[in-house]
Amino acid sequence: MSGSLTRIGAMTRRHLYLFRSSWTRVFDLVYWPVLQMTIWGFVTVFLNQQSSWFANAAGVLIGAVLLWDVLVRSQFGLTLSLLEEMWSRNLANLFVSPLRPWEFAASLMLLSVTRSMIGVLPAALLAIPLFAYSVFDLGLPLLAFWMMLVMLGWSIGLLIGALLFRFGLAAESYAWASIFIIQPISGVWYPVSVLPEWLKPLAWSLPSTYVFEGMRAVMIDKVFRWDLLAQAFALNLVFMALAFGAFLFAFTRARQRGQLLQSSE
Amino acid sequence: MTVAAINVRDLTKRFRDDVPPAVDGISFTVKRGQVVGLLGGNGAGKTTTISMLLGILIPTAGTIEILGVDMRRDRYAALPRLNFSSPYVDLPSRLTVRENLDVFGGLYGVRDLKTRIGELAELLDLTAFLDRKTGSLSSGQKTRAALAKALINRPELLLLDEPTASLDPDTADRVRGHLEAYARTQGAAILLASHNMAEVERLCADVLMMKAGRIVDRGSPADLIARYGREDMEQVFLDVARGTAQVAAQ
Repeated sequence: MSGSLTRIGAMTRRHLYLFRSSWTRVFDLVYWPVLQMTIWGFVTVFLNQQSSWFANAAGVLIGAVLLWDVLVRSQFGLTLSLLEEMWSRNLANLFVSPLRPWEFAASLMLLSVTRSMIGVLPAALLAIPLFAYSVFDLGLPLLAFWMMLVMLGWSIGLLIGALLFRFGLAAESYAWASIFIIQPISGVWYPVSVLPEWLKPLAWSLPSTYVFEGMRAVMIDKVFRWDLLAQAFALNLVFMALAFGAFLFAFTRARQRGQLLQSSE
Repeated sequence: MTVAAINVRDLTKRFRDDVPPAVDGISFTVKRGQVVGLLGGNGAGKTTTISMLLGILIPTAGTIEILGVDMRRDRYAALPRLNFSSPYVDLPSRLTVRENLDVFGGLYGVRDLKTRIGELAELLDLTAFLDRKTGSLSSGQKTRAALAKALINRPELLLLDEPTASLDPDTADRVRGHLEAYARTQGAAILLASHNMAEVERLCADVLMMKAGRIVDRGSPADLIARYGREDMEQVFLDVARGTAQVAAQ
């Protein structure tokens, strides 16, 4: 086990060294969350002036954008760390070393948390002076929401990792676009009740939907819904198991096809 | 009886059913402390063979034992004891040489890593470049950095795919010198795929000649040169690659 921790630590150091050598990468992590938060912050200010509902639910949109960014950055963080290895043609070096695939996946998850923190934390802090809104006022539920979204980000990231192992860099565009397909049905900006009936089962099959409904329950109704959290967690476990299975399967197939040595298009 | 560094039996890799296998039922043994060359033209199956030995390519059939470990069953028991270098694989270019060696040292669980990095820097004349980004190095410096990575865990078996490709003669000569010294002082086995016949003649006690996925001949460079009635390995290579070997051998 200590060997595994040493190897996971080495992989984590590899990417921390990369951050240290490239401030543009760090800036890129921070840029989009801050931009999104600023836009939705001003939209919130405008809507507060127009609608008593929004005035009562102050910050619900900023909270949504910050939590959505946790999910997006978590998935991007995992996928980007894998892409960095493919771009630098380093996969073969890694997998002829004693690094196990699950240790590689664990290091990608750890890096995903690091990247999402670097990306979202500055935006969350900036919202306090700019819009007098602190997502940290959510208290402990924020930690639960964050964990659920990070787990979902890992699952989607691992699935995209499986695609990258299978199709190489030709699948790179999926890394940036896939996550947004669940945004309209996750109830990020609006409750699931506004969706057409036929879409609702699909929406409730996603852990993210329970998180955003739970967030609105805390912010608007001042109630923490344990039932929603429990369902999000259960679904996340299923998603994680499936995604990890797909990742390992794709890795084995890549070993059968000889794609670890040639991981370009 | 000493366990061989590499023991391969009936190794086959078929990527598609409608094309001939890339590696077609080869068998060979490399003893500990032996430097063996793997020769053949492009597409002969050298890189495919090395990939299977390393475990990053799963064979279609056959068995591979590395340092006495069955690679299909327990490759993680063998991987800490071997390493490789190839021009088809890079070290991350934005990391410094020291950072790269630190990362790979961690992956291989090297003890007293700082000392080991210092030793390798001295051995491979890398001290002046340790804190430079790997991507900013010349080809020769990059090759030495890759070799340092390949030696970081003091491997008992080193697999090298064209270790001096794209190097000028001076740098290539130095790299060969480092490899010779490593094999001699550590008693390590080296399997070396190369297109450079002078390199093979200098380094290898034994040569496996590959063509179309098969081992078509084997022997020491001197034996092969004598058997084919040629003056050097370059001519032997051409005979084998062009299929004129029998004529020349007669």
